[in-house]
Amino acid sequence: MLILKRFIMMAVTIWVIVTVTFVIMHVIPGDPFASDSTNYPPEVLANMRSAYHLDEPLPIQYVDYLRDLCTLDLGPSIEFKSRSVNQLIADGFPASALLGLQALVIAVFFGLLFGIVAALNHNGIVDYIVMGLAIIGISVPSFILAPLLIKYFSVEWKLLPVASWGTWRHSILPSLSLALMPMAIIARFIRSSMLEVLNQNYIKTADAKGIGIVSIIVKHAIRNAIIPVISFLGPLIAALITGTFVVEKIFAIPGLGKYFVDSIFNRDYPVILGTTVFFSVVLIIVLFVADLSYRLIDPRIKLSSKGD
Amino acid sequence: MATLSEERSLFRPVQKHSLDNEQIKRPLTKQWKMTITSILKNKLALLGMIILFVIVVMAIIGPHLVPYNYSDQSLTNGNIAPNSQHWFGTDDLGRDMWSRTWYGARISLTIGVAAALIDIFIGLVVGGVSGYMAGRGKIGDRIDNILMRLVEVLYSIPYLLVVILLLVIMKPGLKTIIIALSITGWVSMARIVRGQILQLKEQEYVAAAQKLGTPHYKIILRHLFPNMLGIIIVNLTFTIPNAIFAESFLSFIGLGVQAPIASWGTMCNDALGVILSGQWWRLFFPGFMISLTMFAFNVFGDGLQDALDPHSRD
Repeated sequence: MLILKRFIMMAVTIWVIVTVTFVIMHVIPGDPFASDSTNYPPEVLANMRSAYHLDEPLPIQYVDYLRDLCTLDLGPSIEFKSRSVNQLIADGFPASALLGLQALVIAVFFGLLFGIVAALNHNGIVDYIVMGLAIIGISVPSFILAPLLIKYFSVEWKLLPVASWGTWRHSILPSLSLALMPMAIIARFIRSSMLEVLNQNYIKTADAKGIGIVSIIVKHAIRNAIIPVISFLGPLIAALITGTFVVEKIFAIPGLGKYFVDSIFNRDYPVILGTTVFFSVVLIIVLFVADLSYRLIDPRIKLSSKGD
Repeated sequence: MATLSEERSLFRPVQKHSLDNEQIKRPLTKQWKMTITSILKNKLALLGMIILFVIVVMAIIGPHLVPYNYSDQSLTNGNIAPNSQHWFGTDDLGRDMWSRTWYGARISLTIGVAAALIDIFIGLVVGGVSGYMAGRGKIGDRIDNILMRLVEVLYSIPYLLVVILLLVIMKPGLKTIIIALSITGWVSMARIVRGQILQLKEQEYVAAAQKLGTPHYKIILRHLFPNMLGIIIVNLTFTIPNAIFAESFLSFIGLGVQAPIASWGTMCNDALGVILSGQWWRLFFPGFMISLTMFAFNVFGDGLQDALDPHSRD
């Protein structure tokens, strides 16, 4: 029942996003052919507009769009002639998703590792070093880190390719520059919640019973310490998804972020709408999964329809 | 029995100075005073405070220390490395980087502070109303419900999408960026405030005030908000750097402030093409300033959070 309610809520959210984006997009002065208006006679422009149904009244365009959306058809792209938005997403999303996922895995794995190591070494040298690095990690944005990584790893030491996309080696630097900030945030989160958990009585009991440190951490501590991190995963993934815009630009990666930013400058209505809807759906699903995983990790938490 | 009364006679009742006992001997320490002492003891937070102070002062006087304007071009003096005339070097159009860096600090700080203040104001109003109305009859619950649904919808939209779309309708510039950042930024503040209010309004002093007939607005203003002040201020120290980061991010992808206005983000973006040709100063100064500001706000915010948290007080 609650899951059904959540699904309805998700559908409403997507509908709101589509509607708002549709309205905003048509409020923008100019249309996709504005820049062509000096090159073509008015009859040709009129023909082009009608080919994309831009001459129809807005409410009809809106209803048409919603109907197509229900069949998962996002329409044609205007800037990239003869390609549909679905194709563009199919082309661009794998690179963006791979980048985002790799960054997420790096951030979560090393964030957890460093956070736990720092907590176990509370107020020791390792703790200070890790937390010092984490503060630097939080302070340096990806668009500053990325050029530095390129300069040293690619140009000076020639270890990795400078830019572009293709082999696995191409994805190392972009993923790293994307992962650093979330990794630092996770490490700090985990450290403080680990410190809290390690002081609990059940940890002392487990220790007194002679259970090894590894199994205390893996079975008892992490599971309790990870809850605040999961509540942070939703916004984190959103940040990774949109963060790829910048990294894709710096490393010249043909991902979806590039199409999105370009489509705004080109007034490519269907691509703007399509990518916005797509990004939002991805994010909404991710938030939903994050909520579900709460319950798997901590059975005490009930799935609720409220946000908190 | 006799011994007992004998023993009893050994004890003399203490003179009762009931008022004296209740008197507070030491002078009261106000909360803000305790907070400040606690921050001054925290070296890292103190460092953050000093860095922020220096950056603010330099943002005000920095551009006036050199005879160059941030937008003055001098094509013959392009791409000069830092020297005694141009302390931070010049960019490809011969504009003085020192002047541009501190001018950029003004822009970034203005955007950060303005966006954060608007966020907090809207967040307080929405979260406050929502939290206060919750559990107050059918209408109250409905208001809470509607506001929270709105928050939820906004929360699940990637904020950059909204910001980018808005930046396209409105003319690019300082005002537009501030508006665009605050349209989505208030959501997390509203959630925090609502949670706090829900917790605080169950407290006895609020119940007492209600029983005494204190009007709603007075309870909210006099009892609830002052108790949330700590959390609000801590949140401010994290919201400002986020807004600064968002501005640099937007400027970096070309949607921020427009030339010739300089912001740290646009300067980094301009530097991207030349970083490989060895003109390190083009990226270093604005990039370092962004990182330094984020660092300072973060450690200061951490210190403030510890200082305001009664559990971590010794």
